[in-house]
Order: sequence, then C-alpha cells, then structure tokens
Amino acid sequence: MSRTGRRALDLSRGQIDMSHGAGGRAMAQLIEELFFGAFDNPALNREHDAALLARPEGRIVMSTDSFVVSPLFFPGGDIGKLAVCGTVNDLAMGGGVPKYLTAGFILEEGFPLADLQRIVESMAKTAQEAGVAIVSGDTKVVEKGHGDGIYINTAGVGLVPEGIEIGGERARPGDVVLISGPVGDHGVAIMSKRENLSFGSEIESDCQPLADLVAAMLAAVPETRVLRDPTRGGLGATMNEIAQQSGVGIELDEAAIPLRREVKSACELLGLDPLYVANEGKLIAICPEDKAAALLSAMQAHPRGRDAAAIGRVLEDDRRFVRMVTGLGGTRMVDWMAGEQLPRIC
Amino acid sequence: MKYIEEFRDPALAKTLARAIAAEVAPGRSYRFMEFCGGHTHAIARYGVEDLLPPAVEMIHGPGCPVCVLPVGRVDVAVALATQHDVILCTYADLMRVPGSKFDSLMKAKARGADIRMIYSVMDALRIAEENPGRQVVFFAIGFETTTPPTALALKQATAKGLRNFSVHCNHVLTPAAMRAILGDGEKVPLDGFVGPAHVSTVIGTQPYEEFTRDYAKPVVIAGFEPLDVMQAVLQLVRQVNDGRAEVENEYSRAVTPEGNTRAIALMDEVFDLRDSFEWRGLGEVPHSALKIADAYADFDAEKRFSVKTEPARENKACECGAILRGEKTPEDCGIFGDPCTPENPLGACMVSSEGACAAHWTYGRFREKKAVPA
Ligand code: SF4
Repeated sequence: MSRTGRRALDLSRGQIDMSHGAGGRAMAQLIEELFFGAFDNPALNREHDAALLARPEGRIVMSTDSFVVSPLFFPGGDIGKLAVCGTVNDLAMGGGVPKYLTAGFILEEGFPLADLQRIVESMAKTAQEAGVAIVSGDTKVVEKGHGDGIYINTAGVGLVPEGIEIGGERARPGDVVLISGPVGDHGVAIMSKRENLSFGSEIESDCQPLADLVAAMLAAVPETRVLRDPTRGGLGATMNEIAQQSGVGIELDEAAIPLRREVKSACELLGLDPLYVANEGKLIAICPEDKAAALLSAMQAHPRGRDAAAIGRVLEDDRRFVRMVTGLGGTRMVDWMAGEQLPRIC
Repeated sequence: MKYIEEFRDPALAKTLARAIAAEVAPGRSYRFMEFCGGHTHAIARYGVEDLLPPAVEMIHGPGCPVCVLPVGRVDVAVALATQHDVILCTYADLMRVPGSKFDSLMKAKARGADIRMIYSVMDALRIAEENPGRQVVFFAIGFETTTPPTALALKQATAKGLRNFSVHCNHVLTPAAMRAILGDGEKVPLDGFVGPAHVSTVIGTQPYEEFTRDYAKPVVIAGFEPLDVMQAVLQLVRQVNDGRAEVENEYSRAVTPEGNTRAIALMDEVFDLRDSFEWRGLGEVPHSALKIADAYADFDAEKRFSVKTEPARENKACECGAILRGEKTPEDCGIFGDPCTPENPLGACMVSSEGACAAHWTYGRFREKKAVPA
C-alpha cells in the first residue's frame, strides 16, 4: 500500500479479515465502497449510525428476521435476496406497504469480498424491486470458524393504509383460502442443491418480494382478512397457525393446490411432503366467500400471482383441525409437522 | 413421473371403492393387515379408509423398520456413538427413536457424538474412505429391501480393504414376523395380508406360500400407491368370500415369483440367520434376523466394539406391541396424543411416519371426537 493513498478493495480476490470489523479505516472503506455504493439513498448517506426519517401518518408495521442459509447462492436467489424478501414480505403480510429496511451483517473472517459484493448487489436490486430503502446498516466480523461465512439480519418498517385490517385471527367459517402460486419451489431448490440432485430442468427458488402483489390485492379487495407467507414449515404449518389463531378448522382440496411437476417428482424422490416444504415468494390469502372471485382475479392479473388458485375453505371446528380432501378422494389431517422433515428410507 | 398419477386417480379410486362395497358380504367383517409401513403411510396419507366400506378394517402391521427395533438396540447405537470415538452413520428415521430413559441418537448428536444421517450405505463407505483415521460404523436397519445394499457395502469394504469401516447389523426378515403375528394359528383375528411391495421385489412371492398353506390366510402383494392397496383389498375380499387362500400378486409390475435372485444370493453369501432376535412389540422371534457371516466377521461392529448398556427399559404405558400385533388401535393407548405425539414420541410407533400411531395422529385423528390436548 502506498504511504498516502489507499488501495481500492480487491473485490476479486480479497477476503474479510478482522480489521473489517475493528472500527478503523478498513471498516470505513468496506462500508463506503461496498455498501454505500449499492444501497444508495438519502437517509443512508448521512453516514450516521441512525437514519433520520420523516414521521408517517397512520399505523406502521415493523418486523425483523435473521437469515442463515446454506448454500449462500442457490438457483433463483441468494442469502441477500432472501434477507430483503423475508422482511419485505413479513411487512406486506401485515397489510403494510414496506418503506425502510435496516441490514446487519455478521461476516466470518476469510469470507471472499467478491461473494459479499454479489450478495450486497443482490440486496440492493431486490430492495429497489420491492420499493424499500435500506437506511441503516451494521457489520461485525467474527473469527474464522465462528460463523457460516455470512449471516444477515434485516428489520423493516411499513405503513398500513387506512381501512385495512389483516390478522391471523380474522378467518371466519365460510371464508375462502387462496394461494398465489405453486408450493415447495424454494425448499426443493435448496435441497436439491445441497444433495446435488438434478431433476431434468433446474428447480428455481420462488424467492421474490410480494409487496406489489399485496398492494394490488388490497386495492381490489380491502376486506381481505388474512395474509401469510408460507415460509418455513410450508403451507401445512401456515394453515395450522391460522386455524389456531382464528379458532376455526380449514379444509384444503389437494387437487387444487398448485404444484410444479419437477417439485412433485423431487418430493417423491426425497420422501418429502410438498405441503411442508418452504416457500419464499408465495402468499396465502383468506377472504369472505363473496369476495373470493374478485381477489383471485386480482391475484392472477399480477405477474407474481399468475398461477394463483382457490385451495380451500374455512370451517367451524373447535378442535382447530386442518384437513384435506386428498387427490384420491379420501380425507386426511394436515397436521403440524413434527421436527424437521426427514427423508424416509423405504 | 407420470405413471405415479395413474395410481392415484380419483375416478379409478371411486370405481374400486364401489367394487369393494359391492363384493362385501352383508353381515360379515373383514380384517386385513397391511404388513408394511409404506402401506400404512399410503392408506393414511391418501385417506384410503374413507373409500373402504365399514365392514373392511385395516390393521397396521409391524413393517416399519424403526418401529420394531427394540429399545436395547437403540441403546447400543447411542452407546456406540458416545463410548467409542466413532462416526456413526445411519438412516434419518432412526435419529429420533427413543431408547432407554428417553435418550436417542438425536440427543446424543446434540451432546457432541459424531452421528451422520445418510441416504444410502454407500455414503457411509465414502465417509470411511474420507476419514481414514476414524472408525466409521454403519448402523444397519431394515427389512429385505435395505439388506442387499448393506451386503454390497460389506463386499466392497472387503475388496478395498477398508479397515476403518464396519456394520452393526440389525436387518430383519418379513416372513418370520408374519409367522410370529399368526402365532399358533388359533384365534388370530386376521382374514388376510396385504403383502409388502419393495420387500417382495427382493424375496419374490414364494416365501408367502406358507401362510396360505399352513395358516389359510390369503396374501395379496401390492404396490405402495393408494390404488394398489385398494386393488389388493378387493382381491382379498374376493378370496375370503370364495373361501380361498392364495398368494396373489397385484404388484406384478415389479414383483416376480422368485424375486431378485442376485440380491438373494448376495444376502446368502454375506449374512447368516440369527437363531433369534428381539422385536419391539413381538418379543423374541426365532430365525427372524440376519447377522454378518464369518467370512465378513472383520467388518462386524458387534465383534469390533464392545459396548456397555444398562438393561433396556421399554416405556410401560406403550401399547406398540399390541398395536403391531393388530390387537389394539392407537386410540386404545392411554397416552396417545397426550403426552405421546410425533414431537415427543414415547414409543416406537410414534416415530416414523410409517408407524401406526404416527400415521393415525398425523393423518387420521380428526375422525375421532376426542378432545385435542392443549
Ligand atoms: S401412542 Fe405412543 S406410547 Fe402409545 S402405543 Fe403409540 S407409540 Fe406407544
């Protein structure tokens, strides 16, 4: 390094070292060159630890989530995209229009700067797509062996429009359950990458921000009662959460649940039930029966909800059971899943 | 995978359901055991019971590899992983099976034991090759389906001189268990068997002849798809009505009378019959399991490692035994659902999704008007 100037970050071969978290020049350089460049917006560029924001009118929603995923890059996304979508979607499922995000990074010593750059750029692109600004951030570096390359936490704030009341406790008997597209893509994309399985065509994660879809849905049917993204635990867990919170039963129609052929085959092979496989870009909506047609067509008219379908209805049931009419014509429970889904042996 | 849908077609299911209902003789009941956990799972998962007339009752048999592994053997697996510094490889199903004092491989792993969940025994061989400084033990469980791959792995280990690899053999045999269920043939409340799918691809249909001959029980071998099961039920009802007891093969797309002769020869070469083996639920069953033959004794983990375990303690309240014998149903167990659930399995039948209790809890319990435990 020259005595006066400083060398630009070596983004092709450089690695994270302890100095990048030490609060000195290396850290300042990392933040400036890598993060500010990508997350460019007025609030962030004040270079203060706290972002200064105008006070909004009305109700706000707030959420936080931490992201740990292996592999960090997978077909259809990466940990950065996931970190933005995760919080954006949580805000949207509260009926909010996402506005601001913060991002916290825990980096492991030795993590390639090139990977960090890819992740940060992916976050910036996704944030732009979702219409949110990343207004404050933080990085910490941990010693080699104390992290999995990178962990990301995002927190966010959104504004809830007047007249919108969304909540997991609001489903009523007679309501209709809708889903925005096929289930299981994300989980199967990750698992097939991990297990090195291939199923003809590559299965891509559905990871995407859903705020614009939600806005279109709520504009068409403000009476929408429940919105939920079926992430970890899949459709099965989400349905059970809603049944529990609303004190109702739910009956799904297996034949109506959209499911890609490749995902189905992969699940057969791995012995998994696609109902419990994670999604990162789908939502469940519950609305009164007389609004269901309008909501469904609003969803199908949006590019992120093109394959939306009505998949079930809400029932009166004190036991709060979720059940499903199977493709065969019988009925079975869709229970909470026990532990992790593990492939069967025979 | 288009072919799979054909075996789950709702229109065909309705046709079969009508045919079964039409064949059922008024005033008589039919109790059939599906031996295999794979069938138990298919029946529960697709709601097949809803498509069968009330006169037909399905009894869930012991064909779930982890369900029948006795507590003592689970304890041995835990001990192997914790007392010797080995890498213990096993199928994921086994991880949560409770041993004595509610211990399990999952808990041992959390305590720091090196336990790897694998999909195939070949993964265990690979792990052994990658870790020449460590002892790698494959804890082998399962019926005749998983036995040939274990045999193959033992042969490969021998050929490669893979000294750090060994197998702890717990492979069991289907016909012996069926014999144990039928006992002395008196007063067994069973009218016939839905015979195993994958197991039969290996052993063929011939081994089931003894049940038709000596016990007068019809056996219909069926695939694991829900329509296979319904077709088998129809054939069983017809046999019962006709007073016949024959081995019929619904799964002829994969099963032949003589089975997979190469796999059978391989098993004969690598394994010997044990005089007796303990089954959870069935107790000691003569000639019901395999041990590693002397020629491969160098790779026998039972010989290589001595483990100390305390006398095994089975949960006294657990009715798995009676359920596996078809004498009780999961609802008859006093702790079914409270506190025994798949999250907190207190007996083996609650662990695997192929176990009778887990299948009923997960898929079928809405049928009962029981209060949900909080
Ligand atoms: S409910 Fe649990 S304890 Fe009872 S028989 Fe089933 S597995 Fe055993």
